[in-house]
Amino acid sequence: MRYGETGFNLEIDLSLGSIDRVETDPKLTELHLGGQGTADRILWDRVPAGVEPFSPENVLIFSSGLLVGTPVPGANRTVVNTFSSQTNLHAHSLLGGYFGAELKHAGYDKIVISGRSSELVYLWINNDKVEIRDASHLRGMGCQETAEQIKRDLKSEKIQVAAIGPAGENRVNMASIDHSHSSAARGVGSIMGDKRLKAIAIRGTKDLNIARPTELFEMCQNLRKSIAENPSVGDWMATDEDDSFHHNNFSWGNARVRRRDFWSKELEERWRNLKYKYMNRQTSCYNCSKVCHNVISFPGKPTFSYKCYGKDTYHMAAFQELDFSYEILGISQEYGLDSYSTPQVIAFALELYEAGILKDQDFPGMPVNVRERFFYLLEKIVRREGIGDILANGVSLAARQIGNGAEAYDHNTIKRFEQLPIKLGRLNPVYFLMLATGEKMAITQIEGSFPQDPLPTIEQRKEFVDGWVSVPNEKFKKYFMEWEKRDTISNEASCAICDWNEAMHYLDDATGICGFLSSFRGGQFGGRSAYHIHNMPPLISLSTGIKMDETLLWEVFQRNRTLVRALNVRRGMRRIDEKPPEDHWAIRDHDYEQKLLDDYYDFKGWNKDGIPTKETLDKLGLDYVSEDFLQKGILKDNEAASTEKEKEA
Amino acid sequence: MGVLTVNGGVKKRTVKEIKVNVDKCTGCRACELSCAAFHASPRYSSINPARARIRVLIYERTDLYVPVRATNYTPAECSGRQSYIIDKKEYSQCSFCGASCPSREHFKEPDSGLPLKCDMCEDEPPLSEPMCVQACTFGALTYEETLEEQGKEKEAKPEDLKIGLESLVNKYGPQKVTDAVTRMSLSRKG
Ligand code: SF4
Ligand code: SF4
Ligand code: SF4
Repeated sequence: MRYGETGFNLEIDLSLGSIDRVETDPKLTELHLGGQGTADRILWDRVPAGVEPFSPENVLIFSSGLLVGTPVPGANRTVVNTFSSQTNLHAHSLLGGYFGAELKHAGYDKIVISGRSSELVYLWINNDKVEIRDASHLRGMGCQETAEQIKRDLKSEKIQVAAIGPAGENRVNMASIDHSHSSAARGVGSIMGDKRLKAIAIRGTKDLNIARPTELFEMCQNLRKSIAENPSVGDWMATDEDDSFHHNNFSWGNARVRRRDFWSKELEERWRNLKYKYMNRQTSCYNCSKVCHNVISFPGKPTFSYKCYGKDTYHMAAFQELDFSYEILGISQEYGLDSYSTPQVIAFALELYEAGILKDQDFPGMPVNVRERFFYLLEKIVRREGIGDILANGVSLAARQIGNGAEAYDHNTIKRFEQLPIKLGRLNPVYFLMLATGEKMAITQIEGSFPQDPLPTIEQRKEFVDGWVSVPNEKFKKYFMEWEKRDTISNEASCAICDWNEAMHYLDDATGICGFLSSFRGGQFGGRSAYHIHNMPPLISLSTGIKMDETLLWEVFQRNRTLVRALNVRRGMRRIDEKPPEDHWAIRDHDYEQKLLDDYYDFKGWNKDGIPTKETLDKLGLDYVSEDFLQKGILKDNEAASTEKEKEA
Repeated sequence: MGVLTVNGGVKKRTVKEIKVNVDKCTGCRACELSCAAFHASPRYSSINPARARIRVLIYERTDLYVPVRATNYTPAECSGRQSYIIDKKEYSQCSFCGASCPSREHFKEPDSGLPLKCDMCEDEPPLSEPMCVQACTFGALTYEETLEEQGKEKEAKPEDLKIGLESLVNKYGPQKVTDAVTRMSLSRKG
């Protein structure tokens, strides 16, 4: 019997209309755990480098994390992986809510979707009964509207639905997949649209077996309580009304303008009143004792939910106030547009217009008022009409299509992906590494285990490191105690810290544990995360029966992380792509940054071009990757040897 | 409902109750998961909210979050379907009704279709609080024990049991009912 996971994947080929239930290899679970770990192995095996993201050969995978559905609190993430049409690289995306648990109870760990349907369809998974159904009546519908219609059609409120809106249907690169109060962004909605898959509806009523039930249950009951009482975990942006940090420090518009003194007590009060006037309630994801979703019903607009920085993106892009975000978020979420990148794309278009690079004729009938302009461009983008057809490709690709100097306005992307509009004075070496080399494409998907800034006094640092449970190794406490200025920290420490940050995110994405309880809270926001390298192994063992300890778990992280790198390297990603925007920090030192990158590659066992060496790959059991790389000439036979020699010289 | 106490010569019984505050419910469904785990056999060995004796009815768009516990089995649909407005939100009477009735899928064993019923987690030794209440960290469910003079509560009459069983046998056939009873008694032992 399999524990913690079902042991079966659902394989759907939309071109053939075929549906298969496939037993999976438990050895792969031991090597990669579940979630994104095993999904990446499927991508490696099935999607060769030459496959275009918009093609039937690209595969879209919904994976329930390994611990999802078990009593482990906050383990509820569905990971969505594919190749992104925006970056042409690996796409990493997450859904909270109830979807993953429902999938497990239907009897599957993953849904692997290949091919492309000729007509718009949706998938109906009702335990063992799985159907591809006509979705023509859902065409053009919003994400939540679709979910509601499907529940009505199938006459059950218990069905969980993930759907795309018109943005996904029209293959807009910023399209997301939405479920309940969660969205999966970063390149997955457009692929679902390309496959003409409007939605996936699931109802599952099967048992999920637990290997060592009593111990696990008791541990989880305690965790649920301690998470509820722990102020450092969850999304305090959902509950804290003081948001001076983002408003005063992040850049407004197309990531250009800082407004240092924007925040005031009067504004805070006004915004608080606005929120509580229109907020229905705060909600949780499945089996979590935090509330991170503020659910807002703004008059005349669709109900929406926000968490984290999502509430700031639209009004900061438009130089407006919170009420503007409330006005536009419900609509953009129904369209299935990512609220992180879309506002930047719109602000970018308006900046090009002001600069005269885009002209009046590019915006026929555009209103004068900036708020109305945002709505106008939202419509153009979602329908790929006129200039919207170009903008729907995202800032980086659009800038190249527009030309005529537009490239200079693409100043906030890495590997063609829009970043948070953080522009800083001094370089933070750890952040340089995470931004440059992070393959989850957004800093929030990589940071969290180590504080962003040093604390001023030794006493404060001491207080911080005392009881810093999440540190895998005492050396991190030492790094923090000795850290005085943001930009002065050794390369050795920077590499190790970056590695730790990555570790926790990769493990969360394999287990399905929410980052707000784990990777995103390990050190950055108080350093009291609920999950860390020390308590994950027993949770995994008790749930699944897999033998696990800290050393083995760290190896799983390295294997999974290296496999993502390999997927991207195979698609052509190289060192030259690993650069944060020129103006991300005011003061730059090219030679220092390159040395930092060298040291990081070295630390990871990668060659000078960021390609994992044969030795590294083989050690992690990824010899099929090294064989492929040698065969294709991506790695040379003598690679490891020559790197060694250079070091000696 | 049980535990007889003799207090100053007056026989009293403990009445156990779970109070629900719908405004505090966040939709986490930890109550469902925990109830199902507690009633699994062996205990906690499998998780399946579809077997829970508590269900959180969630209507996201209208902001209705209603935890309902399974009460009696009714062989027929009831006729009362009025709706109420509470705090400007419209609830149907059905939302609060814990009956396992033919028109709803809420409280039925997924394999057999047999009705589920909340047993207040009666166990030896008794739990400090029922499992769903322990799981609810938001205070949407709270446990209350009150002492009531005996006789106030209507005693279950043997005929009721017979009528109930008969209707179950009519609907599901004797084999399924026997299986369910066997499974239930096993899970109590486990
Ligand atoms: S911490 Fe917040 S976002 Fe994470 S699982 Fe819990 S409720 Fe969801
Ligand atoms: S009291 Fe016990 S049996 Fe009843 S719903 Fe709660 S957990 Fe389930
Ligand atoms: S545990 Fe409490 S808050 Fe969570 S769904 Fe159940 S009643 Fe609602």
